[in-house]
Amino acid sequence: MKDIANIMEIQDFSFTYPKAENPSLKNINLPIKENHITALIGPSGCGKSTLLRAMNRIHDLYPGCHYEGAIKLKNQDGSIGNILDIKKENDFIALRQRVGMIFQKPTPFPMTIYENIAYGLRIAGIKNKNDLEEIIVKSLQDAALWNEVKDRLHQDARGLSGGQQQRLCITRVVALKPDLMLFDEPTSALDPISTLAIEEMILGLKEKYSIAIVTHNMQQASRISDYTAFMYLGDLVEFNDTDVMFTNPKEQQTNNYITGKFG
Amino acid sequence: MRLLINKLVLGLSSLAAVIGLVFLGWILITLIIKGSEALSPYIFTHDLINNGIRNLLFGQFVLAGLATIIGIPIGIMAGIYLQEYSNGSKYADFIRDLSDVMMSAPSIVIGTFVYAVVVMPTGHTAGWAGVFALFVMMLPIVVRATDDMLSLVPTELREAGIAIGASKYHVIVNIILRAAKVGIVTGLILAFARVVGETAPLLYTSGSSVYWSTDLSDTFPSITVSIYNLATMPDDKMVQLAWAAALVLTFFVLILNLLGRYIIREKHH
Ligand SMILES: Nc1ncnc2c1ncn2[C@@H]1O[C@H](COP(=O)(O)OP(=O)(O)OP(=O)(O)O)[C@@H](O)[C@H]1O
Ligand SMILES: [Mg+2]
Repeated sequence: MKDIANIMEIQDFSFTYPKAENPSLKNINLPIKENHITALIGPSGCGKSTLLRAMNRIHDLYPGCHYEGAIKLKNQDGSIGNILDIKKENDFIALRQRVGMIFQKPTPFPMTIYENIAYGLRIAGIKNKNDLEEIIVKSLQDAALWNEVKDRLHQDARGLSGGQQQRLCITRVVALKPDLMLFDEPTSALDPISTLAIEEMILGLKEKYSIAIVTHNMQQASRISDYTAFMYLGDLVEFNDTDVMFTNPKEQQTNNYITGKFG
Repeated sequence: MRLLINKLVLGLSSLAAVIGLVFLGWILITLIIKGSEALSPYIFTHDLINNGIRNLLFGQFVLAGLATIIGIPIGIMAGIYLQEYSNGSKYADFIRDLSDVMMSAPSIVIGTFVYAVVVMPTGHTAGWAGVFALFVMMLPIVVRATDDMLSLVPTELREAGIAIGASKYHVIVNIILRAAKVGIVTGLILAFARVVGETAPLLYTSGSSVYWSTDLSDTFPSITVSIYNLATMPDDKMVQLAWAAALVLTFFVLILNLLGRYIIREKHH
């Protein structure tokens, strides 16, 4: 494996849901590489979403989660902080602005297309109308969504097609210029054509952003990711270059899974 | 066999629907015929003392309106607490059950309760006591409407708001309430329509008055209580006025209900 800097490093990480007896994640060690795409794969219930949702601590929306170990995030100045140490509301907000998240179902806010993007920007402190306008137009152009929405910027975002909604949700996160973007099965609710559009979008994003994506679709993982992590029953079984992972995995379990013997 | 049962059930339920419609039609037609006898512009510009219903209509709206103005913010906040902040606690379940019980309590029980705690101690009926009784009726409806409508907003939308860096408070105010807005507003209209036509909670609380009044600390006019009073009078003219008042009230409640339902329908298309 080439030596590439990590934007995030998950170290000896265990996670237990509120009121759960056993941890859903056990002793995970995983690097997330800068400006590359890391795919998380594994059978249903193995803990992919749980791990992804720890990376921006969205779990903390529900009180009583238990974390162990460390999740180190590289700051823009090069210093490194453990996001599990975060306690203050303001620090959570800052974390989520730096580590954006896109969900399985498109989640347009009940407002106009323009406001969907402006909302996060305003929270991030960008209030000047011209600045907002500029960032919004630029982000939509980068997302190849501009031509489709430029005449309806001030219409309700819920009127867009599912694929367009999902691209808007990605744009909304990109506009905040995060360091890391998390995708939890972003195409599993979409048709094949919208799926391709989103895959292309994600591929384009890795020039500027680091990405972690959960997917059930083996082809998708091999098409777009540079690294793949295979998880099973709350353990990280194997982390490898995607090419190696899909041709010559180290672990027998990985091989069984990607050749479709179980899962 | 199954076919036969199917037909039987269909036949019986159609019959039930027809019976229901016949009675509804009968009531409406009687109301229109009897009500229109005394219906004239005159009654809208004169108080009951001069054989009009102006003070009654005004009184009814003041009572129901104030109950609504007080009930809506408290009810919505309670609904928000239940759905967004209670984290499924036992206490929240208790409040939900309590609201359901209060919603199904006969309105005369609520009227009697307010009579016991407000009217008896002060020694006289008052507009405020009526407002309080209607408020008690309305509160659980608003709480549950808000609670239910918020529960329909998908969890992902809350998480997406948090994930973009918004605080929980901002997510609720800017995203969740907005997503549930149509449903909540509809619930509020239906809640208002529900209390605006009530007699029992007002009978012993605000009492009745034939004069124009804006003083809520005293006996207060209302259309429902006066319909009840007028209808039992030996004077034909008064009975006719009661019919006219009933027609006006029914018409109004009907419009409110249709408006509420129209908004619901619009939302689903
Ligand atoms: N809120 C919760 N409370 C308790 N246990 C949970 C909760 N959410 C998930 N789990 C458990 O944690 C484990 C991992 O779930 P997770 O959702 O991370 O799996 P996943 O790999 O994303 O599966 P899928 O592919 O189906 O999305 C599962 O055993 C699940 O039952
Ligand atoms: Mg999942």
